Amino acid sequence: MSAAPAKRTTYREAVREAIREALLRDPRVFMMGEDVGRYGGAYAVSKGLLAEFGPERMRDTPLSESAFVGAGIGAALGGARPIVEIMTVNFSLLALDQIVNNAATLRHMSGGQLSVPLVIRMATGAGRQLAAQHAHSLEGWFAHVPGLRIVVPATLADARGMLWTALEDPDPVLMFEHQTLYNMEGELAEDAGPVDIDRAAVRRPGGDVTLITYGATLYTTLAAAETLAAERIESEVIDLRTLRPLDMETIFASVRKTRRVVVIDEGWRSGSLSAEILARVAESAFYDLDAPVARVCSAEVPIPYPKHLEDAALPQAPAIVEAVRALMPASVSR
Amino acid sequence: MTTPPSDHAVHLLREMLRIRRFEEKCAELYSAGQIRGFLHLYIGEEAVAVGVMQALTPDDAVVATYREHGHALARGIAANALMAEMFGKQEGCSGGRGGSMHVFDAAARFYGGNAIVAGGLPVAVGLALADALAGRRRVTTCFFGDGAVAEGEFHESMNLAALWKLPVLFLCENNLYAMGTHIERALSQQDLPAKARTYGMPADSVDGMDVLAVEEAAGQAVASVRAGNGPFFLEARTYRFRAHSMFDAELYRDKAEVEAWKTRDPLRLLQDRSLVDAAGFAAIDAGVLLEIADAVACAEAGTWEPIAHLTRDVYTPALEGPRERRAR
Repeated sequence: MSAAPAKRTTYREAVREAIREALLRDPRVFMMGEDVGRYGGAYAVSKGLLAEFGPERMRDTPLSESAFVGAGIGAALGGARPIVEIMTVNFSLLALDQIVNNAATLRHMSGGQLSVPLVIRMATGAGRQLAAQHAHSLEGWFAHVPGLRIVVPATLADARGMLWTALEDPDPVLMFEHQTLYNMEGELAEDAGPVDIDRAAVRRPGGDVTLITYGATLYTTLAAAETLAAERIESEVIDLRTLRPLDMETIFASVRKTRRVVVIDEGWRSGSLSAEILARVAESAFYDLDAPVARVCSAEVPIPYPKHLEDAALPQAPAIVEAVRALMPASVSR
Repeated sequence: MTTPPSDHAVHLLREMLRIRRFEEKCAELYSAGQIRGFLHLYIGEEAVAVGVMQALTPDDAVVATYREHGHALARGIAANALMAEMFGKQEGCSGGRGGSMHVFDAAARFYGGNAIVAGGLPVAVGLALADALAGRRRVTTCFFGDGAVAEGEFHESMNLAALWKLPVLFLCENNLYAMGTHIERALSQQDLPAKARTYGMPADSVDGMDVLAVEEAAGQAVASVRAGNGPFFLEARTYRFRAHSMFDAELYRDKAEVEAWKTRDPLRLLQDRSLVDAAGFAAIDAGVLLEIADAVACAEAGTWEPIAHLTRDVYTPALEGPRERRAR
């Protein structure tokens, strides 16, 4: 661990600092997206960066997701290192052609001649009553696509450190920032810097059950783990960090120890990332399990506006606690 | 005694003939089952690719469509590598991975081979953006058809390129049909340069069957772009003599229409104007046919990529050492 002094900061500031560092370190880096410059970013992530770096490197775009994402791909092919911000995950659907048909395919389809060193950042997730066109969790969809790397920073250190590593990656990386995390405050080492984007992280060690999650539901899951600890059920909480490629090694090591597994995912369950993870567990670690695999996902509805319905649609700690209790033998859980 | 044809005219004729003969051979090989998938022939439109390429330098970039054999040959991609790609052999210019619709050549700065209509336009804008940011005076030429003009990506890209004054030549090959849909059934405004001008960029239209006219118009357009005036839109009015693809029964157009356009065959127009006689043409043709025969032989002798390589190049092979350490 770093011995450097820590400072108080927020997730938003950590992402901003990462962007700032990238712009300072590499003259090929520039950022573009809707309202990233003069407005300062829809989530105020890039506030102040226009003044520091100017309009060439902090580019406001028109509302043309397909064109500016595709331009990011072209600029990457042309030797630049673009950071493209899409305001929110639902808007990324307007750029699916470029992401799926171009960014993800060009290297393989060209026989390895081209690569697309592009980073696309976007806000994802629900919890702020933004309703059904600004609050979905579609990162699992993107994780379906070979050629893309999907990263999800859940902590301040990852918010600060994943971007530079993603920019160093020669292939396209999509980074999903949960919109409820931007205001999260905490301590971050003064010298915090690039982190790996290959491995999942055990955020809480435990021996009774493995809880696998990522993004903002990490905190819901950690809260559930606290409740369970009071019942003498020790949860091992894994933060996936990278959704593609999945770090199955870390998952299998934990499941072999705990023999029980629950996936907590804000995405829908049908045809989902949670289904993929549990299928792999069933394929490769079935005989290590003492209980059926389980998951807690969002209700299969478009995310509704009113608070009580939105809350009811999302994975909440009591549901996670219930799911875990159901896996435990009676002598432990009661 | 008439004056002999200029070397340049012979060059243009040969370039067009290379495309014509290459594709005639492709059609034959398709029927023989040696080329599979979709095959879209450019025959009839050769003057566009050949005329435009005369205006480009090796440093410039080209983005093309799925009907791109002509652009690839005219750009200088070897017929051998292109034919091997048609066969799906690993000696192909895309390693055999792409086939007819996905021709790439990084060294020639040839960025596809894009089979999503209008999907190449945003990429072209980005290539030009990278040049603008790096202060390089290069031009990105983006070929697309009239069908692309109905796509949202066309409008987004035209706007972005004009807004940021990026060095893009938007080269619209208007062959009147988006697959089987005539432009009159697809576009409320069929005056394409007029459309382009609404984005604040200069635009022009040229007879796409006349290679000399295309060369001149492209030369002026590229000069404007290279001078820093921002993007330029050039419409080449052309016509494909063959079906949309090998599966097209051509129920949507009259044979008479096709025959009428064939009287303006770009090869014959140039041959007549440049005074290449039958013997001269035959001499050029003989050289071209040799080149194509050699390409076919190379493709046939080519090898299949081992199945063990299937998953190669989905991602760039990992460099040594952990990522974060490299990053520091």
